[in-house]
Formats: sequence, C-alpha cells, structure tokens
Amino acid sequence: MTFDAERARKDFPILSRTVHGKPLVFLDSAASAQKPQPVIDAISHFYATDYANIHRGVYELSLRATEEVEGARRKVARFIGADPHEIVLVRNATEAINLVAATYGREHVREGDEVLITHMEHHANIVPWQRLCEERGAALRVAPIDDRGQLILEAFEALLTPRTRIAAVTHVSNALGSVNPIDEIVRLAHARGIPVLVDGAQAVPHGRVDVRELDCDFYAFSGHKLFGPSGIGVLYGKAAQLAAMPPYMGGGEMILSVSFEKTIYKEPPYRFEAGTPDIAGAVGLGAAIDYLEAQDLDAVAAHERALLAYASEALTLVPGLRLIGTAEHKASAISFVMDGVHPHDIGTILDREGIALRTGHHCAQPVMQRFGIPATARASLALYNTRADVDALVSGLHEVREVFA
Amino acid sequence: MDELRELYQSVILDHNKKPRNFREPSGANRVSEGHNPLCGDHVVVHLVLEDDVVKDVGFQGEGCAISTASASLMTEAIKGRPVREVKDLFERFHALVTSRPSEGVDAADLGKLSVFTGVREFPMRVKCATLCWHTLCAALDGGGEQVTTE
Repeated sequence: MTFDAERARKDFPILSRTVHGKPLVFLDSAASAQKPQPVIDAISHFYATDYANIHRGVYELSLRATEEVEGARRKVARFIGADPHEIVLVRNATEAINLVAATYGREHVREGDEVLITHMEHHANIVPWQRLCEERGAALRVAPIDDRGQLILEAFEALLTPRTRIAAVTHVSNALGSVNPIDEIVRLAHARGIPVLVDGAQAVPHGRVDVRELDCDFYAFSGHKLFGPSGIGVLYGKAAQLAAMPPYMGGGEMILSVSFEKTIYKEPPYRFEAGTPDIAGAVGLGAAIDYLEAQDLDAVAAHERALLAYASEALTLVPGLRLIGTAEHKASAISFVMDGVHPHDIGTILDREGIALRTGHHCAQPVMQRFGIPATARASLALYNTRADVDALVSGLHEVREVFA
Repeated sequence: MDELRELYQSVILDHNKKPRNFREPSGANRVSEGHNPLCGDHVVVHLVLEDDVVKDVGFQGEGCAISTASASLMTEAIKGRPVREVKDLFERFHALVTSRPSEGVDAADLGKLSVFTGVREFPMRVKCATLCWHTLCAALDGGGEQVTTE
C-alpha cells in the first residue's frame, strides 16, 4: 500500500493557508510538526466537556479526566511497545533527559566516572550530562562521527570503559538526519553492563519504534514533534530502572503520605510526576497517536524515504549547494549550505515564497563545529510533505541564487 | 519580491561579497566581540581610538549578508569621526531599522547607511543589522565584555 500524502494533507488545516500571499510549504517538522484536525478537536472537546484536575476528586469529571490521561499513557505504551507504568509523562524530550540525569545520573555517577554521548547530539542530550559531570567531577566522553555524519561505531565501543555509567545517544540526528544503529549500540553497552538512554525526539514521527526490541533502558521524546501539542513529552524507562530511581521534583501527586518527618513516595511512573501535569496535552498526545495508528506506518515510512531520496537528489542539482550529512541511513532532515549565501539569508528569501525551513545551528553547535560551518539551512520532512513541496524549495533556492548572483 | 529587493540592495550585496576594513588594524587599542546565539553570527570589532576619535576601525567574523554588510558599511561610516558623533549615528541608525515603515523615520542624514531601511520590513533581521553596532559601542565603552543579542 502506498501512502496517500495528498489525502493526509487535508487532515492538517494549517497546510491550506497562505504565507506572504503564497501557499504554505512547511518544511520544519523537525522543529515542531503541524497538528491534524482530530488532535485539535480532541483538545477543545476535552476542555468543553470533561476537564478537571486528575487523581484528585471523587466527582465524575475528575474521574473522567483521570481516565483520559491514563488512557493516553496506555496509548503511548502500546505505541512504543512498553507497559503503561514504564511511561512517565513529562513536558518534552529535554525534560525527560534532564529527569534521568538528575535521578539515575546523580545516583550512579561519581567522581572519576564517565558519561558517553556522541558528537551528533542535540544540546538537550549534551548539557544535562555536562552539568551532571561538572557537579560530580566526572568526565563527559564524546564518540566521534565521520565526514558523512555517521557515528563511528568502533570508536564508540572503545569509549565504553569500566568507568562509563551511562551512554546517551540520539536515535536520529536533528541536524544531519543520520539514523543511529541503536540495537547495536545497546548490545555493545549492555555487554559491559552500561545502560543506554536514547533521544528519540526525531525518530518516533518517522517510523515504528519498539523499545523492547531496541532493549534500551530509557527512551525520550516530545509530543509536539509527533503531531501532538507542545508541553507534553514522554520518558520511557525500563520498570526495574524506574523502580530504583529517586524522585525528580517533589510536590503533590508523587507522594503516598507526607509528614514533616518523612515523605513516602509513590511507585513509578507517578513518583516522577509532581504537580498538575499538562492534562489536555496528554489527551492531545493520545489523539495524535490514534491518528498515527490509523495510518499504515510502514507506508508512511516508505513515503518519507522516497521523498527524502527525491529531495536529496533535487537539491544536489542546485548550483553551489552542498548537503551536510550524507549518512547511508537517514530520516527526515536535509541540512545544506550554499556557496556565498549565508543560511540566514536563504531562510529570509524562502520565507517570502511561503517556504518555512529552519536556519541556524539547530541546537547542535558541536555538529556545526565538526563540519567547520557556522550554520546550515535545514528542510525536514513529515508524512504530509509531497514532491510539490520539494519542487517549491528547489525553485525558491534558484530564486536565492538569483538575488545573490 | 519588492521587499526582498529593498532588503538585498546592490550596495548590501556588494559589501557582503567584498567587506571593507575586514582586518585587524595595526595599533588597535580597543576590541570587542559580539555574538548572536540564535543564528551563530559572530563579529569582532577592533578600534584605534585616539583623543576620543576613531582613527581606524576593522572587523572580523562571519555572518549573513545583512550582518556582514552592516559591519562593513559601519566601519566606513565611523572612520575618522569623534566618539560623540559615532554614538549619535548609532542612535539614528537604530531608530531607523527598528521603526515601523508607517512612522516615516527619516534616513536622509544617514548617508550610505540608509540602504538598511529595508530591514524594518523584516523584524527577524534587525538584530543582524545592529549586532556590529552593539559590539562597537561595547568597544567604545572599554571593550573586553562579550556582547550578545539576547
């Protein structure tokens, strides 16, 4: 079955608007994806009919709201092959990673220990570990990438030492599009008893993810890149890992009992969910997952693969354009630079053509340093993108060439 | 398209391609570094300051066409002028690029710098045009501190 992207576009109302008098060409889903009507409807319907705080009242609305949020947790669990009690609802992937660094990390990382990341990480998977290492007198180790933007696996393996307490690796690079061999990475780390956290923010919108198959210890992602609302994200943790971890934030909702002498905490995942969460956000995330599961996800992945190949080829033909990140396995993101034109100027000119794409360092400054460039322009694809979007981008880039001729 | 042509005028494109005073002048006694963390633009402004007069000025760094041309044209505009005049020029330049087109802020007395009038149609790009000026001011005020647009 081929995926009908034209039909899917109709589910996303924003895609029918114009920008600067031109039809919107949205190529920035790696920053945040647009929302289908069912997600928008689910949120407004929930506020209009069932809203109340959760886990609080004995009254009908509170029970219904609680059931909606727990239903969303179950959907997330089923979507990635986990159990519901292994799903911690957080704000975004950034918070999920910070949570692990602040709990698991502070529990296990001591002076002289090491945390291993890769050179292609987003700042969200660098800074929390850097802070932890500074606090603990530990060392942050960085596995190198090659000139195509691929992790050098032998070098990664060599950096797994008896002092390594955790490895934190992105599933898909947001700046380069490179897909990492997570199963292999986990196998290498687990062979040495080292747990693995995977930053899945750029992976879950583009294909099936099964955390049991990957066998990773933690998996983090954001709802807003998955066609859900912003403000809700997910931390998956293996039940045994979560059970052994101390709380993250203290407050209501995460306790069994509180006295001034002692507080007894709830079991996971509630131990990590202090305070009133983004209730409607969880409902919206559940609706986004319903929307995705109603699609043929393998067909979606095939559509995006074909479009990525088409776009990569078409862009290479633009005079003076160079792709940054040419890994054998890629998903969604195409970064590029143009001779004599700064990405910022590319972005401004394309914007006037109604084309939204990201320019800058993509919160991955070490990647920019690795390739010796200050910034790139990045087009990123999602299930609603078509060849017409790519063609508009290419013609916009010819326009850029003309302005800078 | 007209707004784009207004933004990317030939003077700006020319200064982007061939930035003037793109160097560290000998005898520089003031230096300051500016940074726009949002887009990665980076500029270093060097000054030879004598008796409250900008005897020489140069810049280095990397950025978009707007920020490169702005730094280049700035060096031409301020060389040989007293600090007081330079600061006054910055204030008028800043007022121009941050004004709304409808306010009719006059660019006539800004000389070549008036080519940046088009920037006010692009609020996201104002910081590109002003980064070098903020960096210059930091250098005039003593230097050393890193300036950022955020």
